[in-house]
Amino acid sequence: MRHVIIGSGPAGVIAAETLRKADPAAEITVLCGEGEPPYARMAIPYLLKGDIDEAGTFIRKDQDHYGRMRIGLVEGRALAVDTAARVVDLGDGPGLPWDRLLVATGSRPSREKIPGIDLPGVRTCWTLEDARALLAGIRPGTRVVQMGAGFVGCIIMEGLLARGADLTILVRSGYMVRRMMNPTASGLIRRWCESKGVKILTRTQPLALSANGGALKVDLGEGRSLDADLYLSVVGVDPNLEFLAGSGVEIGQGVVVDANLQSSVPGVYAAGDVAESPDVVTGKRQLNAIQPNAAEQGRTAALNMAGHPTRFKGSFVFNVLTTLGLAASSFGEWQGVPGGESTEVLDESRFRYLNLQFDGDRLVGANCVGFGDHVGAFRGLIEGRRRLGAWKRRLMDDPARVMQAYVETAVPACGAG
Amino acid sequence: MQKSLHLDPNKCTGCLQCEMACAWEKYETFTIAKSRIKVFTFHHEGRFVPYTCTQCDEAWCLIACPVDAIKLDPVTGAKIVLEPTCVGCKVCTIACPFGTINYVAQTGKVQKCDLCDGDPACAKACPTGAITYVDADWTGLGKMRAWAGKTDTTAATA
Repeated sequence: MRHVIIGSGPAGVIAAETLRKADPAAEITVLCGEGEPPYARMAIPYLLKGDIDEAGTFIRKDQDHYGRMRIGLVEGRALAVDTAARVVDLGDGPGLPWDRLLVATGSRPSREKIPGIDLPGVRTCWTLEDARALLAGIRPGTRVVQMGAGFVGCIIMEGLLARGADLTILVRSGYMVRRMMNPTASGLIRRWCESKGVKILTRTQPLALSANGGALKVDLGEGRSLDADLYLSVVGVDPNLEFLAGSGVEIGQGVVVDANLQSSVPGVYAAGDVAESPDVVTGKRQLNAIQPNAAEQGRTAALNMAGHPTRFKGSFVFNVLTTLGLAASSFGEWQGVPGGESTEVLDESRFRYLNLQFDGDRLVGANCVGFGDHVGAFRGLIEGRRRLGAWKRRLMDDPARVMQAYVETAVPACGAG
Repeated sequence: MQKSLHLDPNKCTGCLQCEMACAWEKYETFTIAKSRIKVFTFHHEGRFVPYTCTQCDEAWCLIACPVDAIKLDPVTGAKIVLEPTCVGCKVCTIACPFGTINYVAQTGKVQKCDLCDGDPACAKACPTGAITYVDADWTGLGKMRAWAGKTDTTAATA
């Protein structure tokens, strides 16, 4: 059986390893598109900070790992997939034949559509190559104008400041990380950043970039502009799907997959950022570009590819980010549900905030800032659809007791009675 | 036979010897905030519940780690954080549905129970037998594993 995995991020690597364990005789090939060993984008902020070197970002540290597991790493990019002939077109040569195919191509940074976005001095932060350019280009005093304050925009700030950047952040909406955080949480993160010397301009979007001597002029309209040595565009991500055009694989926002992570074409699977699968909380199909989802889908898809039917338990949206040392996390329906109830506790001076969202006596969402302990229990409570019973009222009064609620309602050996 | 921690809330008096033993074993301090085992107090009914990682088979933390910083100890079955490799991204802390792997700001790394190389300090310190290190079959591990895959439970009686 020939397994081909397109993409060498966490979903692809974990899928390859799972396949090897499940099918010792299989031929396993991972297509790597960046000319790098498989690495974790999640680690790039720590590379920028100087905490780790490039090897510290590698998904597996032992360079013999893939050879020992008989996982073939092949350099190249998929240009097209022929699902009738079962071949991945790599542009030159005969292409890669497969019996089972996993699409684990992840996402790429969205491109701003403004004049000047192709000028030198404009960068994004997504790949190791991007990180190298930022490390080379940012010196103490370098004026960095960063467009975007989403997940990536927030987690890279510490690295930029560590390099000595003079950092100004532009936010199109009124709120930082608005896809993860409610206005109160977002406001705390903003104030925290400003207290660390970062300038933040909300409801601001550049109209154009232009060369200005050796620097850039960022036109904000109404006669306003900013001078920048480096313009960093981090405005979200889009899934890598174009190569599937004409393949017959059903595409929605991503590759539409069933409970076994198989696409509309038998033998073709998808995992990670590109997979559009049902959310266990909302029931809606969606993309879920988070690390744990990539890892768990990679494993599940591989078991199915190896002939062990395994249902993906389903995912929901949750994430954690650290902005200049301030941890914040977001779970499920943090915006609340119709007819639901919510409760919160806020300590502005200590940058601590916790908001819980309930549907009946179930927790369905949460936002946390500055609360780091036992946050995984939010996943346990929400994904497990735990009924809180009497704990619902206790949490309404004191949301900070959420771990006690979890221990008593969800852990069988610990439950009361 | 692999062993695991057996936690019996009915025998726990809330003395916190386990938390002190853990903090001492790992950091040579009695600062119980650093303990990897936690005793939860339920004042409304005077109960104490010791709680830590069950070293679950799913190993949510291990599989979610983007940089290979959590390893399986083949002897004890513990999932162990390799501190020099951990970058502190906290992905494992939200991936673990039990809430038993936590970030430590002072070190910039995550921490979890590692079974002390097969000689857990908490079990040795517990004066009432609420924490014991016994053959895995004797613990609530089976129940816990069954629970991990189960959803939509009926209302809690608490």
